[in-house]
Amino acid sequence: MTSQVPDLWPPTGQEVVFLLLGVVALGSALLVVTTRQLVHAALWLVVCFGALAGGYLVLTAEFVAWVQVLIYVGAIVVLLLFGIMLTRAPIGRSADLDSGNRAAAVLVAVATAAVLVTVVVQGFATAYTPLEPGGGAAGALGSSIFRSWVLPFEALSVLLLAALIGAIVLSRTDIGGPSRVTDSPGSDPSPDGTGSDPEGGSGSEPRSDQETGSDGVSRNGG
Amino acid sequence: MHVVYPVVVSALLFSIGVYGVLARRNAILVLMSVELMLNAVNLNLVVFDIWLRDRLHGGQVLTLFIIVIAAAEVGLGLAIVLSVFRNRRTIDIDRLRDLTERDLIGPGPDAPVGSDPGPDGPLGSGPDTPVGSGPGPAGAPPGDSPDPGPADPPAPGSEGGAVLDRSEAG
Repeated sequence: MTSQVPDLWPPTGQEVVFLLLGVVALGSALLVVTTRQLVHAALWLVVCFGALAGGYLVLTAEFVAWVQVLIYVGAIVVLLLFGIMLTRAPIGRSADLDSGNRAAAVLVAVATAAVLVTVVVQGFATAYTPLEPGGGAAGALGSSIFRSWVLPFEALSVLLLAALIGAIVLSRTDIGGPSRVTDSPGSDPSPDGTGSDPEGGSGSEPRSDQETGSDGVSRNGG
Repeated sequence: MHVVYPVVVSALLFSIGVYGVLARRNAILVLMSVELMLNAVNLNLVVFDIWLRDRLHGGQVLTLFIIVIAAAEVGLGLAIVLSVFRNRRTIDIDRLRDLTERDLIGPGPDAPVGSDPGPDGPLGSGPDTPVGSGPGPAGAPPGDSPDPGPADPPAPGSEGGAVLDRSEAG
């Protein structure tokens, strides 16, 4: 942007700090996707997000950095750890965390990295901006949100409400539809399936026949 | 600050996320890799916002919005993963293959992982045709239970799991 652009290689102090944080972030991200222990992956994710927050601080985006610490490190990683615990994941080393198509994944990832890095280096080789503090402070960002971006902000609050309700409906078993949604409408959509059928007390023999029929259909479908 | 450094870090982080999404089997690890990709995009947005000196701070505001959307996405994704775990007793993505047609061919879900089942479809059409025509009449004979028999083992697990979880929740 400026007229005279300093050279790329002897990096300034800010760039050295950012590059060190970037190396930490990349290394911990690599450990997230390659570690053999599920809980360690979540903890390396904390390191990666923390390093990225430090990078935001170097880039003078202070408010984004603290929001990153609060939401990503504080909420999302804790949520992922709860997911790990609730799915009864093995605590120690588990050998089957990697899929069978690992070679293809390496190929695709290396190709993606090559294409992106080539394009980006050629496109932004001379892009330079001096860092000036204060641009990403909470005051400036807050006034920008509530002046120019109010409508997306409100839409996002509605989205959060919808996600909250959706998560509750998905994770609770006693509300919402029955667990087998493939039942034909003729069969009784009682949430227990075959057991505890209090309202259909008439005609035990054809009732059981219908139950087995609907059960076979649902198993075939689901 | 040269723009190249953060943008290259972002590109590499995105590639690591792509590798994680493609190579991991556990659904929660896939969600973590998706988070890595979202963070790469966030870093890009912040850097370009600072480079272009946006008066409306569009990049950083959009970064905040993406963080919020990522929180919602993780919440819903974990709810879906827990629902899958409750019904199937596993969150192994390689074994959640109900939407494929290979389950009708072979009962073993682990066998076709290494071998390519692509040419297996037209070649093995001899034993396929009665099984493949099974979903056509949609299980009209109820005594056709040997056909969905190989697909059965998730189903009792799902019943037991649902009952067990309901007893836990109640």
